[in-house]
Amino acid sequence: MSHKATIPIGPYHPLQEEPEFYKLVVEGERVVDVDVRIGYNHRGIEKISEGKSFDQAIFAVERICGICSGSHPIACVQAIEEIAKVEIPERALFIRSIIQELERLHSHMLWLGLAGHFLGYNTIFMWGWKYREPICDIMETVTGNRQNYGIMKVGGVRRDIEKEHVPYILSRLDEFTKQLDMLKGAILDDPVLHARLKGVGILTKEKAIDYAALGPTARASGVDIDARRDYPYAAYPRVKWNVITQKEGDVFAKTVVRILEMYESVNIIRQCLDKMPQGPIDAKVKDVPPGEGIGQIEAPRGECFHYIKSDGTNSPMRHKIRAPTFMNFATFRETVIGETVSDATIILAAIDPCYCCTERMVVVNSKDRELYKGPDLIKLSQEKTRLIKEKMQRL
Amino acid sequence: MGLKEKILARSIYVFHVSSGSCNNCDIEILDCLTPRFDLERFGVVLVGSVKHADAMLCTGSVNRLTVPRIKKLYEQMPKPGFVIAWGACGSSRGLFKDSYNTGAPLDEIIPVDAYIPGCPPKPEAVIGALVKLKEKILNKKAVK
Amino acid sequence: MTLDDILASLDKRFKDSIQKIEKTSPKKAFVDMDAAKITQFVIHIFKDLGLRPNTISAVDTFGGFELLYHFSYDRSGVTLSLRALLKDRTEPTIDTITGITRSAWWIEREIHELFGINFRDNKDLRTLLLPDDWPKGVYPLRKDFIPPKRDSRGHTHKPGAA
Repeated sequence: MSHKATIPIGPYHPLQEEPEFYKLVVEGERVVDVDVRIGYNHRGIEKISEGKSFDQAIFAVERICGICSGSHPIACVQAIEEIAKVEIPERALFIRSIIQELERLHSHMLWLGLAGHFLGYNTIFMWGWKYREPICDIMETVTGNRQNYGIMKVGGVRRDIEKEHVPYILSRLDEFTKQLDMLKGAILDDPVLHARLKGVGILTKEKAIDYAALGPTARASGVDIDARRDYPYAAYPRVKWNVITQKEGDVFAKTVVRILEMYESVNIIRQCLDKMPQGPIDAKVKDVPPGEGIGQIEAPRGECFHYIKSDGTNSPMRHKIRAPTFMNFATFRETVIGETVSDATIILAAIDPCYCCTERMVVVNSKDRELYKGPDLIKLSQEKTRLIKEKMQRL
Repeated sequence: MGLKEKILARSIYVFHVSSGSCNNCDIEILDCLTPRFDLERFGVVLVGSVKHADAMLCTGSVNRLTVPRIKKLYEQMPKPGFVIAWGACGSSRGLFKDSYNTGAPLDEIIPVDAYIPGCPPKPEAVIGALVKLKEKILNKKAVK
Repeated sequence: MTLDDILASLDKRFKDSIQKIEKTSPKKAFVDMDAAKITQFVIHIFKDLGLRPNTISAVDTFGGFELLYHFSYDRSGVTLSLRALLKDRTEPTIDTITGITRSAWWIEREIHELFGINFRDNKDLRTLLLPDDWPKGVYPLRKDFIPPKRDSRGHTHKPGAA
C-alpha cells in the first residue's frame, strides 16, 4: 500500500536563512517528489539596473547577494568593459583577484558551518563562523566594509591595497590557515561524517552536464570546469593554482572540494600579494558605446553570468543576470528523489543554495497532511547523526 | 514597569524574518550570535518559531509575496512583542524602493520599534540597538 | 575546438538559417538565426558539439523580442550566443528546448513570467517569481511595462500596472 504525504517546508523555517517554500512529497521515509516556490526574494534587480547608470548598476548588482557581493560586480564590470573595450591596469587585476578569493574563503567557511549545523555538529557551526572572522576583518581593512565591498569600478578598482596592509593580511591569513587545518582534520577524519555523507545525494557526471551544473556542485561530480581557468580574467592567468575535482558526486565530495578550494584560495591570495605590481588602479572610461558584453566569472557557488546590452546611453538597455544557484538548483530535485527525509536537508545544503542570487518558489496547502512540523526536519537530520555516532561507539 | 517587562528585558528571544533581502543582513544576524560577537551572553537567543519569540528581526525590502506572511507572523507573535527593522532595506526599502515588486516599507505594514541603519549593519550597531530596545522595554511608555 | 571550428560547423549544417555571424572578440560570437530552427540548432550545439548551455537572455527591442541562447565551451573558453528574433509582440512563441537539456527548465519559466514569451510544448510554465496576485498579461521586464502608480510618499499598493 503506498501512501503519499506532503511535507510543506517554509517559507519561514529555521532550516533556511532565506524564505522559500518547498513541498516534499514522501512515501514513508522516501522522498518521491519535490517542488519549490521561490519569489520571496524577488526584487526585480534586472529592471532596477536598467534605470541606473553604468556606475550605479554596479552598486545595484552588489546587493543581489550578500555572500557574492564581490562576484556579481566583477561580472558586471567585465561585461561593461567588454563593450567599452577598456584596458585595465595590472594592479587593479590583482586587487580584483584578491577580493574574489577572500570572498570565496568566507563563503566556503560559512557553508561548512551551516552544513555542520544541519548535521547536528553545532561545534562545526560555531567554529566555521568564528574562523571566518579573520577574513571579514581583512575585508574591513581593505575595503572598509565587512560585506558589500563597493570596490569594483568600470576600468579598475575603487580602493588600493595599502603597503601597510599587506603584513596584516598575511598574518591574518596564517591564523586562518592554522584553524582551517584543524577544521579539515576534524571534518575529513571523522568516521561519523563519512558514514553520514558518503553515497548520499549522488549527482552523476551525465546528469551534471545535462543540468549544466556549475562550480563545486559540478566539480564534485567530475566535471572539470572553472571559469577562473577557462575564461581567464583578473590576475588568475598570472598565478599558479589547481582546479579541485572529485569523482563521487555525493555530499562528501562536495565538502572535500570546498575545503581543498579554500587552500587554493589562500595560495592565490599569497601569490597575488607577492606579485602585485605598483601603478595606477583604474583606467579612465569616458563613455560606453552601443554593443553587447558578456561577463563570466567564478563565484564561490559557480559561474556567474552577466549579459549587458548598451544602446549608447549611459544606462544599460538590458542587464541579464544568471546566478550559479539558478542552474544548480534543478539538480536538487534529481539528487533528493529516492533519499530519506532526514537526508533531504543536507542534500539541499550541499549545493549551497543562494536564493537571493536566484531571486525567485507554493502556499502551504492546509489540506495536505502534515507529517513533520518545521524544526522537526533539522532534528531528524541531527538525530540520524546521533544514532550513527552511538552505533560507532558501540563497535 | 511590570514583572512581564522586567523578565522580558533580561532575555530577548528573537525570530528572524527575511523578506527579499540580499543575505548580508541575515549573515550578520548569525554572525552576531556566533562566538565572535556572541549576543547570547546578553540573553539573546535565535528561536525557530515566531510563537516563542519576543522580537522579530526583519531584514529585506518587503516584497509583495511576503507582505501577507509578515502580517501573519506579526499576529502570531506573543505580545508584548517587538519588531526590529534591520538594515537600510528593512528601514526604508533602500535601493529597491523603485522596484515593481516592493510596495511599501516595513513600518507601513507592521509597527516597528527599532531601526538599525547600515548596509549591512555592523555587529557593533546591532549590539547597540538591542541595548536600546532593552531600555525601551523597561520604559513603560513604549511597551504596547 | 576553437570558435572558428564551431562557427564553421554551424555554417556547414545550417547555411540557410543563419542570417549573420558577428564576432565581438576572438572568443565570443553572436549568431543571428532563424527562430523556427532553434531546437535543431540546440541539438547540434549541445549534443553533437558538446557545448554547455549557459542561459537564455530575453531582450525587448524595437523589432520584437530577441532571445539569446548562450552556450559555453569550457575547454577553449568560447562563448557562443544564438540570437532568435520573435517579431510577434502580441503572442511571441518559440519551441522549448527543455526536451534537449533539463537546464532550460527554470530559465524558460522565468522568461515566460517576466517577458510573456510562450515556449511551445513546455508543460511547466507556472509562476516562479512574481506574487500570486500579480495581474495576468502584465510582464515587468518588457519595455512597455507601466510601473504601478505611487502615492505622495512613493508607496504602491497594487501589484502590476495601475
